Amino acid sequence: MPIEVNGKTLETDEEGYLANLNEWEPEVATIMAKEDGTELTDAHWEVINFLREYYDEYQIAPAVRVLTKAIGKKLGKDKGNSKYLYELFPYGPAKQACKYAGLPKPTGCV
Amino acid sequence: MADFDVPEIKEYIEVPEPRVGVTAHIAPFKSQEKFQEPLGFPGELVDNWQEKAIEKMGDLLGKYRSLQVFLDICVHCGACTDKCHYFLGTEDANNMPVARQELLRKVYRRYFTFAGKYFPKLVGAIDLTEDVLDQWYSYFHQCSQCRRCSVFCPYGIDTAEISMAAREIMDSVGVGQKYCNEIIGKVFVIGNNLGLPEPALADTLEGLEEEVEEDTGVKVRYPLDEKGADILLVTPSADFFAEPHVDGLIGYGKVFHEAGVSWTLSSKASEAANFGMFIGSYENMRRIALRIREAALELGVKRIVFGECGHAWRVAYSFLNTLAGPFDFLDPNYPVPQHICEFTYNLIQEGKLKFDKSENDHMRLTFHDSCNVARASRMGNFEGGQFVIPREVIKACCNHYFDMEEDTTEEATFCCGGGGGLLTDDIMEIRVKGALPRMQALKHVVEENGVTHMAAICAICKSQFSKVMPYYGFTMDQIVSVHQLVSNAIILSDAPAEQEAAEG
Repeated sequence: MPIEVNGKTLETDEEGYLANLNEWEPEVATIMAKEDGTELTDAHWEVINFLREYYDEYQIAPAVRVLTKAIGKKLGKDKGNSKYLYELFPYGPAKQACKYAGLPKPTGCV
Repeated sequence: MADFDVPEIKEYIEVPEPRVGVTAHIAPFKSQEKFQEPLGFPGELVDNWQEKAIEKMGDLLGKYRSLQVFLDICVHCGACTDKCHYFLGTEDANNMPVARQELLRKVYRRYFTFAGKYFPKLVGAIDLTEDVLDQWYSYFHQCSQCRRCSVFCPYGIDTAEISMAAREIMDSVGVGQKYCNEIIGKVFVIGNNLGLPEPALADTLEGLEEEVEEDTGVKVRYPLDEKGADILLVTPSADFFAEPHVDGLIGYGKVFHEAGVSWTLSSKASEAANFGMFIGSYENMRRIALRIREAALELGVKRIVFGECGHAWRVAYSFLNTLAGPFDFLDPNYPVPQHICEFTYNLIQEGKLKFDKSENDHMRLTFHDSCNVARASRMGNFEGGQFVIPREVIKACCNHYFDMEEDTTEEATFCCGGGGGLLTDDIMEIRVKGALPRMQALKHVVEENGVTHMAAICAICKSQFSKVMPYYGFTMDQIVSVHQLVSNAIILSDAPAEQEAAEG
């Protein structure tokens, strides 16, 4: 199901992940979140931005401990855990946050 | 939460009245050309697909004597009917193992038996039509190849093998499953199911070393690609990535540290899983397995140890030697390969590991036997080791352990509902419904014994449970890794004194 962003039509895969990573822009995240009934806050953006930076460097989403550690460093230790991330992204930080960030879905036994 | 009805947990397993076609709509996303071709399969349904499919069936019947026997000997006694977790959870008649087998058997009869060729209606033989192919795709992806039905079949007919054959036939005519086939392609290109490249893996492991040192004050190492190490650890890539898997990996590292052995992970064989088995493809299974051999040779290790992964252990224990052997370059004093639980168990038996069990006192544990470990392999050097060893490891580091009902454990264990290549969100309905019998048994020990957590030794089980438990009123963190419990309780002998004092 393609999504409409700023007058452009962007292809997605069967599960709604962006087909072409390079087409991502912040509005993609906003629109996807809106479809899930979520309003993105600064807290969401901290995670989304970190995912994109990490992906740029490593071509993969960060492992959960890499992510919680990074968020903990930025926002304080009480937020450096997966409970906090699940509060932000109830469908799971790896899957929901990756989708908003335009990253491919992590595959495998996860 | 769900756009389907979540089954209700009752006091006992009730055998449902079979209903026809209630889960006929459930089927995973199909693979595309880009995921099919690297595995040697056609990108889309081939023109003469009926002919090709029958040819492939004939090929498999010739290769696997067991398949021919399983298709011939069923007497429809019905012993298997109520043994499948998907039948119990969905009530769909085609999820009774005998009915699932019949989907393939009816076509087999038509093309490969005298009666079926000349009197198809008399013997229930049918042509391979597009409808039949659709049914195959749907119902052979509602089987997790757990083999529970085979335990109760008086002939030992193994539906897993029939499912594998069906999937192999479908792949050969261009009808593949996206989840498995995309993943196998990643293993070939990157080395693991996740697609975790070497720099990311190195970064992740470095992070774990820091984390463990912060927690314990001890420099426990998580080495990667270290030539000359004694042990190559092959573990599911979920252990690097997800919770509670990573806590298990941390535990393996602490055990190796305490044992004083040198070990390494490999970026080439950075995956224990072998989805080639799920799709019944010997060629792909072999190609995946060969990476382990190559990595072992390149790194010059003496032993291979497998981390907590159910089907990987089946491939490792039962098939590795024929797929990728001989392993005569490894130290013959150790089993090839060895399970991490056996490794830890042996050290416990020798008195080489010390635990502070009270570190796990916030949990009351039970253990979920993973199907492929329970029914398709063994562990250690005694019969039933695959049941005893993980439990003994848990009991060595936990004060409160309780087994679930015996008709749901050991060789009668119920699948988590996500095995066999079904751990994909597009078929969440079958995953949730298939988890019903296990959830029921869990609820029983929760109520009877105050159990708070269930431990497992399979990456799929762990991910599946953390996803489906909330549908049944549990929380996602009630599933733990066995070596997570080891990690919590193990006493590191070189821990700084003040750290121990602070903890004690």
